[in-house]
Amino acid sequence: MGELMMGIYVFVLATLAGRELITKVPPTLHTPLMSGANAISGISIVGALVVAGQASGTTQTVLGILAIAMAMINVVGGFMVTDRMLKMFKRR
Amino acid sequence: MNASLMVEVLYLISAILFVMGIKRLQSPVTARGGNALAAFAMLLAIIATLLGNEVLSWWGILVGVLIGSLVGGVAARMVQMTAMPQMVGLFNGFGGGASALVAAAEFLRSGSHLVVDSHGITILLGILIGGVTFSGSMIAFAKLQGLLTGNPITFPAQNFVNAVIFLGMLALGVLTLGVGAHVATPPTLFTIFSAAALLLGILLVIPIGGADMPVVISLLNSYSGLAASAAGFIIGNMVLIISGALVGASGLILTQIMCKGMNRSLANVAFGAFGGTAHVDRSQIGKRPVRSADAEQVAMVLAYANSVIVVPGYGLAVAQAQHELRKVADLLEERGVDVRFAIHPVAGRMPGHMNVLLAEADVPYDKLYDLDEINDDFAKTDVVLVVGANDVVNPAARDPDSAIAGMPILDVDKAKTVIIMKRSLSPGFAGIDNALFYMDHTLMFFGDAKRSMSDLVREIREV
Repeated sequence: MGELMMGIYVFVLATLAGRELITKVPPTLHTPLMSGANAISGISIVGALVVAGQASGTTQTVLGILAIAMAMINVVGGFMVTDRMLKMFKRR
Repeated sequence: MNASLMVEVLYLISAILFVMGIKRLQSPVTARGGNALAAFAMLLAIIATLLGNEVLSWWGILVGVLIGSLVGGVAARMVQMTAMPQMVGLFNGFGGGASALVAAAEFLRSGSHLVVDSHGITILLGILIGGVTFSGSMIAFAKLQGLLTGNPITFPAQNFVNAVIFLGMLALGVLTLGVGAHVATPPTLFTIFSAAALLLGILLVIPIGGADMPVVISLLNSYSGLAASAAGFIIGNMVLIISGALVGASGLILTQIMCKGMNRSLANVAFGAFGGTAHVDRSQIGKRPVRSADAEQVAMVLAYANSVIVVPGYGLAVAQAQHELRKVADLLEERGVDVRFAIHPVAGRMPGHMNVLLAEADVPYDKLYDLDEINDDFAKTDVVLVVGANDVVNPAARDPDSAIAGMPILDVDKAKTVIIMKRSLSPGFAGIDNALFYMDHTLMFFGDAKRSMSDLVREIREV
């Protein structure tokens, strides 16, 4: 099985798992879910680190650094703001 | 254990922790821990990447990480809860932008040589999805922040133009890959492709009006996940594919819930240029008599009720009146009134917007009820207090000829008394008059929600 096919398998199965997990999140947590998921999409930091680490030439370096900065805004900002929100949810 | 195996194991643990973290978001009790777990998973993935890849230049990585962390951290601390929709929109955009940049850098690293294989195709996909997510999110941010009008921005043959751009990109993509099979892809072709993706993102979001933003924000959230997955395919990394797919699924489910909350298809939201108060027939508004009441009268009605349901809407967020509302609810409860909150799925500008605002004001989450949970109770309720909501309580939704026909609404008109706190009789986002305002058992309480709430606090104390 080629790498692409393997990736597609993983993608499809992860999507199905995600569907099962997320349909059970109550509406009251939909905003934190969204900002938390948002932070997770900052996983592109991994790709950014790979390209920045192996960059040759100015253009590639600049693109890499920019990608890292953007992804880190997403990661740090996303997880922090989600935590700030979740801290406020209290029971009676 | 050799180094590359260790890196793979770290990635695997990271993917497992992401899943477990999301799992914990299923209850407010465990949610905070779940978020922390996901953050830890991210740290593991970053460490694994730095261990597993040859790094030529550390300073560049350091600069990027420092700048990004600083900006993200400050923004997360400073943002007001009422501004959360635009904040999430902005973060979304950066996630998509990062994925697009990864794709662009990979294009250059491949020596501008794209061929018709998974690498070539996923690079173009990464640019397309990442680019649309980035520019679309920036427009959504500008609209929510009030930098752009919240009304739909339309021009003739808009959907046709969008379709042409999309088909043009497909052709350009085929051309890019086809050229690459023989010689290096001209950077110009690649640049045009990238610019077209950014343009498409802008054009797709400008015709979408303010109250449809929950759908757009959810959809862009989904795209940012798909963009991350695409980046995963490009560099052959499973943890990116998995986490991206989880986010993609999350955004898609929220999108479906939001569409269902308005009884509209995704296509209608995306291409219908619905609503906006710009082209409303105002001639009929205010011609019919309404009963208006002042703070003293409203305080009496509320204080002597047995049961009250509060229906918050976007107006509550605009007026930042959530804390005053909490005080009103507390005072009523001290008098023995049963106070609950009914939250419509599309109230506000993003999924769960009202819940976060009320949580900020220390309203316990178990007093908040969904539409399905509470809708049958309105008929048994003494007083409903509608604060800055309009379309979601408009009985016109029951009329098959209405612009909002079939939209699930909160049946507030069935309560014994309805109090509507609003600045004027102007229609809501859908641009249609609300029959609720003119009913015999409705009291209009005009004014700014925050001021009115403060007045209510004073008056209820004096009852």
